[in-house]
Amino acid sequence: MTNSIGEIKDCDYMLVIGSNTTETHPIISIEMRKALKNGATLVVADPRKTEIAELAKVHVPLKPGANIPLVMTMCNVIIEEGLYDKEFVTNRTEGFDELKEATAAFTPEAYAGVIGVSADTIREIARGFAKANNAAIFYTMGITQHTSGTTNVLAIANLSMLTGQIGKPSSGVNPLRGQNNVQGACDMGGLPNVFPGYQAVTDPANIEKFTRAWGVQQSEKVGLTVGEMMDAAHHGDLKALYILGENPMLSDPDISHVEKALDNLEFLVVQDLFLTETAMLADVVLPGASFAEKDGTFSNTERRVQRVRKAVEPVAGKADWEVISEVLTMMGYPHEYCSASDVFNEMVSITPQYAGMSFARLDQGGLQWPCPTADHPGTKYLHEGKFSRGLGKFTAVDFEPPAELPDEEYPFVLNTGRRLYHYHTGTMTRRAKGLNTIYSEETIEINPADACSLEVGDGDTVKVSSRRGSIMAKANVTKRVPQGMVFTSFHFSEVAVNFLTNTARDPIAKIPELKVAAVKVEKIS
Amino acid sequence: MSITLTINGQKVTVPAGTTVLEAAAQAGIDIPTFCHDPELSKPGACRICVVEIKGMRNLPPSCVTTVVEGMEVETESADVVEARRTILDLLLANHPEDCMTCQKFGDCKLAEYAYRYGVRKASFVGDKSDFPVDESSAVLYRDMNKCILCGKCVRVCAEIVGRSVYDFTSRGFTTKVAPALDVGLGEIDESKCVSCGSCVAVCPVGAIVEKNMMGKARPWEVKKVKTTCPYCGCGCNFDLNVKDGKVVGVTSNPSSEVNGRHLCVKGRFGYDFIHSSDRLTRPLIKKDGEFVEASWDEAIRYVAYRMKEIKEKNGSEAMGVLTSARCTNEENYLMNKMARVAFGTNNIDHCARL
Repeated sequence: MTNSIGEIKDCDYMLVIGSNTTETHPIISIEMRKALKNGATLVVADPRKTEIAELAKVHVPLKPGANIPLVMTMCNVIIEEGLYDKEFVTNRTEGFDELKEATAAFTPEAYAGVIGVSADTIREIARGFAKANNAAIFYTMGITQHTSGTTNVLAIANLSMLTGQIGKPSSGVNPLRGQNNVQGACDMGGLPNVFPGYQAVTDPANIEKFTRAWGVQQSEKVGLTVGEMMDAAHHGDLKALYILGENPMLSDPDISHVEKALDNLEFLVVQDLFLTETAMLADVVLPGASFAEKDGTFSNTERRVQRVRKAVEPVAGKADWEVISEVLTMMGYPHEYCSASDVFNEMVSITPQYAGMSFARLDQGGLQWPCPTADHPGTKYLHEGKFSRGLGKFTAVDFEPPAELPDEEYPFVLNTGRRLYHYHTGTMTRRAKGLNTIYSEETIEINPADACSLEVGDGDTVKVSSRRGSIMAKANVTKRVPQGMVFTSFHFSEVAVNFLTNTARDPIAKIPELKVAAVKVEKIS
Repeated sequence: MSITLTINGQKVTVPAGTTVLEAAAQAGIDIPTFCHDPELSKPGACRICVVEIKGMRNLPPSCVTTVVEGMEVETESADVVEARRTILDLLLANHPEDCMTCQKFGDCKLAEYAYRYGVRKASFVGDKSDFPVDESSAVLYRDMNKCILCGKCVRVCAEIVGRSVYDFTSRGFTTKVAPALDVGLGEIDESKCVSCGSCVAVCPVGAIVEKNMMGKARPWEVKKVKTTCPYCGCGCNFDLNVKDGKVVGVTSNPSSEVNGRHLCVKGRFGYDFIHSSDRLTRPLIKKDGEFVEASWDEAIRYVAYRMKEIKEKNGSEAMGVLTSARCTNEENYLMNKMARVAFGTNNIDHCARL
């Protein structure tokens, strides 16, 4: 998030795209409700009529993957009507002419069909966003889990810069991160193209810096993303894999492909709390420690680094950081730390955004990066006065439909996401009695009109198949999903929806298109 | 503009618009409250916070009385204490006397004030409420016989959580807080409750308690450890309640920067997995297709040996790491070193894209 969670209540215009906020980020939705109470306008773009969509002034039920048409038509209206922030565009951006040219074809009339609201409504949304004092955009995987994921994000950046709705409190671009420390895992260099602190592996200065810091020659070759690693394992190019606290056998697209890939490895190590579907395939399973059993830090969606404190002893005797450092040491690279704080101190010495942080400071309260020095208070919102690259760059983007659209054989769009009561592959929440009592069985959401034509009643078992696999589940007949779409989560191994999903990836971010796959639905009983 | 007033003989200067209750708090003077909550609207209903103010005819409730220049306030005068004792006496007259087994015992405002003002036993005799206990929720236990009708659960659900699951029903003696049509809280299709437990966090008595904490520990037996939630990216903080080396509950920690006292159902009630019997307790090495338990030493040596062997034979590009959005920064940093230092590759990723 370029803004802070605490700034949300002061937004006067909130554009939420592809985020089921009340279920996936309940505490952020509480802040959005505060803004609504203060009179803010809420517009929600989502093919489904989610709860946050019910709260909106306008629900934009866009066709799956139609994010670019929505954002680009908004830009078109804003430019055509001269509503853009001329001062911001002149002083802080470049490439306006390219954007103007790219938006020319995106008239509201031309795209109202895929956007799902009238041209007038698109104009109204665009005007409201441009004229607001503090407009903020919030998005989740509905923007990113598409083959057009990167261009979708660039389009959002265009809209925010065009209107000067960024770089100030309560106004900016706010991806809501879905996992407790997904921000931190990225910050710490858990990515194939960057060292800790987003320092590119392709930059010779960084190679020199990290080679010196770690005493081992670093590679300038960008590594493989998770999907590419699965492909490489499949082809026999990747031989050994060490997986910490992940369950790709449920979370990754096309599970059959994942299983073949992992089976093909010479050596697989999985470190986890439980014998997960993935751990079952491992050669060695190392017991993990839960968040309650270790010291450390998590970085949340607003870049706030906060303490995790050990409350009980690790069930298996070791915290994960101890296990990893012992493996490193045993491989001939001595890593002896007395505490998680020692590891943190080493990390901050080479990670500029975290340089001013220490456990002693974090014990007084969380700090939001960038926090470059020990007396820096942290940063509530980003891009004040200047963007990281200097001038903000407009990017001309175009609409590319999803990779796999419905056809005669597979007439439905399968959309996937999360539920309030469960989390990711359910390894933790399915073992929480209260949660599993409230929500004990996964269903497939289907529109009443579709259910009627398939003669499927609420609670009937249906078989949902794609070109990659089939699953069975009970139907939940509901108007939450539009006609032609079915929806379910990836939390339940009994309804492992990723047997069906498409591995087609965004060419730049390599994110799989988990929001759109073509499926057919058949009644079983 | 600032206002100077006197509370219990002590001069206090506060901004205009401050309530007497807030001014007293600033001066370090504790006035009891039941229905007041700084985050919620102020009904001024329970009257336990009454004070004596020179020149005023009645004892005004301090939570809704705004300070004025030169005001002289007494917070524990004889009349005030008598009023509070009477209020407590009336509340106790219709309250179960099962403090010994009440989950809230040790953390109950009613008990605390009854102790403070020496109200040992109700002196009024009459009917007592006999509402059925609502056990329908998977996570909350509601005993409306213990409810003192402060209305904080009603207001937190309406004003913060935005769901208005609760309201007051009936009139007079039979007044009860309940979901619409008095359905069980756990009938979520009707009650619309999302089990976030913000009502538990504000309930001053034992009327709403966490089901999974009942009978597990007394408040004074637990060590509270403030930490960060392991679920979504909001980064809520809460207190893990620990007894005898086990996590026995999660309670709100008001000093939490992101969420204050509010949590979602996963954060507040999703911790059973910590002590699940399914947890792996020993390393496992697969031998002839079967997992065999191993010591840490053996497993770590074996992992290091095999990884080195494969790297030497096939080169660094044959090696990969999937690190974890679930683990700490420190662990992710070390996994980044596993890939880049020990394996010699940038083949590292995690489920940020999933």
